[in-house]
Amino acid sequence: MTGPPAFDEMFGMGSGYATAGPLFDDETTINASYRWIREWLYHSSPAVLAARKRQAELFFRRIGITFAVYGDPDAAERLIPFDIVPRILARAEWTRLEKGLVQRVNALNAFLADVYGKQEILKAGIVPADLVLQNSGYCLHMAGRTPPGGIWTHVAGIDLVRTGPDEFFVLEDNARTPSGVSYMLENREVMLKLAPELFQHVRVAPVETYPEMLLETLASVSPRGDRAPVIVLLTPGRHNSAFYEHSFLADKLGIELVEGSDLFVRDDVVYMRTTQGPERVDVIYRRLDDAFIDPLVFNPASMLGVPGLMSAYAAGNVTLANAVGTGVADDKAIYSYMPDIVRFYTGEEPILQNVPTWRCREPDALGYVLDHLSELVVKEVDGSGGYGMLIGPQAPQATLAAFAAKLKATPDKFIAQPTLALSTCPTAVESGMAPRHVDLRPFVLSGRDGVKIVPGGLTRVAMTPGSLVVNSSQGGGTKDTWVVDDWDEPAEGGL
Amino acid sequence: MLSRTASNLYWMGRYLERADYTARLIEATQRLAALPSSYGGATNAWESALASSWMTHAFAETGMAITEINVGAFLTLDPGNSSSIRTCLETARANARTVRTALTEEGWEAINAAWLEISRYGTQLDGREALGPLLDMVKHAVSAFEGAAQRTMLRGDAFWFINLGSSIERADNSARLLDVKYHLLLPRGENVGGSLDYFQWTTILRTVSAMTAYRWVYRDTVKPWLVAYLLILNRQIPRSLASCYEDIRRHLDLLASQSGKRGPAHRLAAAGHAKLTNTSIDAIFSEGLHEFLTHFIVDNNRLGDAIAKQYLF
Repeated sequence: MTGPPAFDEMFGMGSGYATAGPLFDDETTINASYRWIREWLYHSSPAVLAARKRQAELFFRRIGITFAVYGDPDAAERLIPFDIVPRILARAEWTRLEKGLVQRVNALNAFLADVYGKQEILKAGIVPADLVLQNSGYCLHMAGRTPPGGIWTHVAGIDLVRTGPDEFFVLEDNARTPSGVSYMLENREVMLKLAPELFQHVRVAPVETYPEMLLETLASVSPRGDRAPVIVLLTPGRHNSAFYEHSFLADKLGIELVEGSDLFVRDDVVYMRTTQGPERVDVIYRRLDDAFIDPLVFNPASMLGVPGLMSAYAAGNVTLANAVGTGVADDKAIYSYMPDIVRFYTGEEPILQNVPTWRCREPDALGYVLDHLSELVVKEVDGSGGYGMLIGPQAPQATLAAFAAKLKATPDKFIAQPTLALSTCPTAVESGMAPRHVDLRPFVLSGRDGVKIVPGGLTRVAMTPGSLVVNSSQGGGTKDTWVVDDWDEPAEGGL
Repeated sequence: MLSRTASNLYWMGRYLERADYTARLIEATQRLAALPSSYGGATNAWESALASSWMTHAFAETGMAITEINVGAFLTLDPGNSSSIRTCLETARANARTVRTALTEEGWEAINAAWLEISRYGTQLDGREALGPLLDMVKHAVSAFEGAAQRTMLRGDAFWFINLGSSIERADNSARLLDVKYHLLLPRGENVGGSLDYFQWTTILRTVSAMTAYRWVYRDTVKPWLVAYLLILNRQIPRSLASCYEDIRRHLDLLASQSGKRGPAHRLAAAGHAKLTNTSIDAIFSEGLHEFLTHFIVDNNRLGDAIAKQYLF
């Protein structure tokens, strides 16, 4: 399986390399910020690289950083492959991304406030009303409500891909409960252990302030301003695929990790059951989907939620982060309107580009998609995790035919995008170094004091040659992501 | 602290203690069973090991013959046995994972490593040679966790709940062990010692790792009433009932000092402790050792229930 020719972030446009060879040719042009990485790799024999990789795996296994793959009984606790070659963004590149992210997340919050409030964007005809109001992610219970602080998506994960030196696209907005931030933090820890010498030469912006920023963000939206808020993290429990992350974050934030059964609601106030009796809860960082949080309002069969939570929420006695109903902004058909949404609320041109998107609900678009299915990527509008998507160029004929039938039956459920040549980064593989496709998920925090982003994010890497699917549930791996301020000039002899 | 967290920590303490006890019991039984029958190398050594972990019935249900390999496998790796070492470590680790935030990194890593190690053995015992390293590993793993907890954990409710769990479990294990062998621990002066009895008593001492301690305390040959005294009333032996109850009281008091509240669990623990302090080994023998131990086990369970109730598990 070969992918499209791609921009390589270390070597620039169109480099093809499959072995260690071209990496270490002095004549090779190289992105300056990667020079120390090249030195480091140059001085590492395959045996050393393999040993580092094993060391990293041992570290992850020992601290128990695992995730579960649904539908695979053997994968109850799997390690996400970690690649030891960091991915680098120069400060200037990051600064531009950061501005774009702040603008986009401000627009997302404004959009959510609007569609659950005055609905001006619908009245102005920018986004079709039926697409929003009949969307499965639109939560009627939230209509007319304002969450404490007016913030809807407190933690957003914006998935970015790159196709050239200055070409970044937003691939998806994750406004519900984006995960992966624990890997951003642990990947840095393991790199600091594996390659302390690299950090002496390259000034890497720290990411370790994330837990504190998150805590500040959550505290800022407490419904009771007069005292230190009690904040908890609500998890579906240890069988959830992201349980490690839940416990990791609760630990770093110094807050209780609660399950639904630990909370109860009395007189529209939420309490947790402690050994000292009930304790009032102000802010719930919930890592549980809307459908499960309150069996009285949503899925009545849910054992994971808290009966009465929505009524306490409606009474303004507790903050849920993210707010209920943000899924409508995750929807991939809504995504296609994001450039207009950004313009509508900010009055500015969008800094980050959208990937051109065909909305299959529109007959013309559907016709085009059906005609060009083998060139396109088709996604479910409310899908995530890489489940249920079609990558046209890599799909066998039978799959294409089956997908075409699905599209005709329920066009509303799908969008299609061109197959982007995602950028590649050098990645340690069995035969040495090889280019692998990557994406980037920065984590964007919104509180009463504005929008904050830790420099960097989670780089996901498709470990299979040519593959464009980076999702961990589909075998993707991760890399440490460095926003680099500056670096020493490599001396004679390198490291 | 969340009640669920407290419950998880308490049970984690109990399961780790149980795993450690089972490992020691198997080791001691191996020694006993290996002796020539003229020295008391009783063929019923493994039967007795099952009895002292109260597993006779559960093992009978498997339909297997009572042999070293079968009983050893049942007590160590059998996933169907809810008290096998494997199940204990799995449950302890699952509990720890759920309350990961209440543990320190070192504490969690020790318990996670124990689980990774035992899972390498699979669920089938690979011959009797596999037993030795497995049991050593378990003892080390439990010590590693206790050491990590001791050295790194905040002295707060999380630490105290773990210790409370292990002290209650330890008291229960010691009492059960003595109860199974009670017919050997006859009152002073009667029917003292053939070599068979000698090895049975030392098995008890070895199971609670008190063989050397016995020598230090008594500088005497092994006498049954002294063994009983050592394991019930001697406060210097960490696995004696008296010592366990001192620990239980201390941890409950520390919990109370934090919350300012005392309850039924405190009263039961104090009563249990007083009973052990105010009695003598002669009084216990005249009451009947079996009766004494049976009461103790029932009261100890009642204390466990009271703790769960008081802290809203």
